Amino acid sequence: MTSVSPAQSADAFSAARSPAATSVSRWRAWPHLWLAVVWLALLAVPFVAPNAYVVSLANMALINLILVASLNLLMGYAGQISLSHAGFFGLGAYASGVLNVKLGVTPWLGLPAAALISAAAAWVIGLPALRLRGHYLSMATLGWNAILVVLFNQLVNLTGGPNGLLGVQPFALGGFKLDTEARAFPLVWLVSLLVMLAILNLLRSRVGRALRAVATNELGADAVGIDSFRTKLVVFVLSAAMAGIAGSLYVHVNQYASPETFGVATSILLIVVVAIGGSGTFWGPLLGALMYTALPQILLDYEDAELMLFGLGMLIVLIVFPGGLARVPQALARVFTARRRS
Amino acid sequence: MQTGSAFLQLVVAGIGTGSIYALIALGFNVVFKSTGAMNFAQGEWVVMGGMIAALLIGSISSVGLACLIAVVLVGLFGLISERLVIWPLRQPTALLITLVSIGLAICTRSLVMLVLGKKPVGYPGFSGSATISLGGIIVQAQTLWIVGITLVFLVVMHVFFERSMLGKALRAAAADREAAAIVGVKVETTILVSFGIAAFAGALAGAIITPLTLASYDQGAMFGFKGFSAAMLGGVGSLPGAVVGGLALGLLEAFGSFYISSDFKDAIAFAVLLLILFVRPAGLLGRADIVKV
Repeated sequence: MTSVSPAQSADAFSAARSPAATSVSRWRAWPHLWLAVVWLALLAVPFVAPNAYVVSLANMALINLILVASLNLLMGYAGQISLSHAGFFGLGAYASGVLNVKLGVTPWLGLPAAALISAAAAWVIGLPALRLRGHYLSMATLGWNAILVVLFNQLVNLTGGPNGLLGVQPFALGGFKLDTEARAFPLVWLVSLLVMLAILNLLRSRVGRALRAVATNELGADAVGIDSFRTKLVVFVLSAAMAGIAGSLYVHVNQYASPETFGVATSILLIVVVAIGGSGTFWGPLLGALMYTALPQILLDYEDAELMLFGLGMLIVLIVFPGGLARVPQALARVFTARRRS
Repeated sequence: MQTGSAFLQLVVAGIGTGSIYALIALGFNVVFKSTGAMNFAQGEWVVMGGMIAALLIGSISSVGLACLIAVVLVGLFGLISERLVIWPLRQPTALLITLVSIGLAICTRSLVMLVLGKKPVGYPGFSGSATISLGGIIVQAQTLWIVGITLVFLVVMHVFFERSMLGKALRAAAADREAAAIVGVKVETTILVSFGIAAFAGALAGAIITPLTLASYDQGAMFGFKGFSAAMLGGVGSLPGAVVGGLALGLLEAFGSFYISSDFKDAIAFAVLLLILFVRPAGLLGRADIVKV
């Protein structure tokens, strides 16, 4: 039905990327405008939400968006799979949280510290791991995430161990504490907007173009003078820093963190969320993050069958729309035009 | 003397768990070879093997027979899974198969939970709970069964891959998909068979470890994870690599938890794993991929 050139199907990552249908490219012509429109609409959430619970879901969705979008930057655009994104998320959460609980450092400093610490860790892991191609980064990062979880659990004096980190202070503006969901929302809203803006601008920059070249054909990129190793490392470090920022937001909004949130299972799930949203699309992560946050709440009523429905849904989307939900309009348009032609 | 017997005890314990990891890693490697994908469902088959065997022991008195039937059933389940979720893929890229295997893992875990229950189950070992005195240390008979069965299975696998037509076809398809297809190997069938073998190997590991550790539906991720690490350690895609990696990981854990800290057992094992990966990227036995330009 949909024919793909051999050059495309040979590359696991470019296979999902196909030429944009014209109707969609018009949509894409003004990404900054659309970003503004969507985020202005989001601003209404605390006013229309029936209760604090829905606002808390919105906060969580936006924090998840930072996670998914930053992973998408690495996976969708650079073609590298990291299995420790939840680990970097946790590193940011614990860095910011522990600084706050043990040393009384304000979250406003904790947030950049979380970004820096996650970035530094990614740099140390990426330096040896990104020199090689293929599954190498996923293997190294899987081990790294596992080590982090053991540390979160066992450094009880620092992290509170399996019981979690308690007594984390919320963000505060002078004496005004952002300690309710509705008060925290504007901050989460702003930070997620800044992250999305940063990703958008990065993709349209020299680094972004280099990135696409590397993901499409590493040798070709090297041949035209792009340092593919450096490009991948920069993106890996940036995506970890963003995960760290998400972690800092998470720990101060929830005023709590516990190790199981940041396990390898979460990292694996995040990879799937990126794919389901639409790996390598700008808006895919928004769809993915919304589903990732809302679906478990919706499925809560089904109790034991929850996991099964979640897994089945995942399989159906992956089998029917391997390009992800953000490419469904394109996929349908292609089917439609193919029918008309035949 | 005291330290000598402690040392021996750790070696035996390490080889015991290492054998289990080797079996899981083997399953992992077979699928990796045929598809290039990381199969995240591998660990779920381990749990499934143990849980089905426990269920069968209610009606079959022989533990060995119950385990055998359970392992064959899970092997069939692996084949059916491939037909249901991998075969329908229009563009079965390595990445897509990896992602689909995560969905498969979630569904399998949930199926095990819904059908076989949430409670941990167990059964006696193949020689009851007998222990054997060996060079001054006490060893559980089941540990010896584990090592023995793993050995036999590895030999059978070796002969299968080296001698049988199907085994050769699998290797051919793994080496070069298109070339194998040209000489008449049905590549799709080799993927099917690799899922069957992987599920069989995983379930075998689960059936023989359950007498020592109990089986519970939520352990799959941990098993898969350990098997994956063992595969990396030995060299992904390599059959002897799975054995070396599994044993190395088992010994690392045993010695790490005894001499350093049992709390940090996993962290130590993974730190060493990372170091080895950074020094020898292709694993202990793996050959580096030389990509012609």
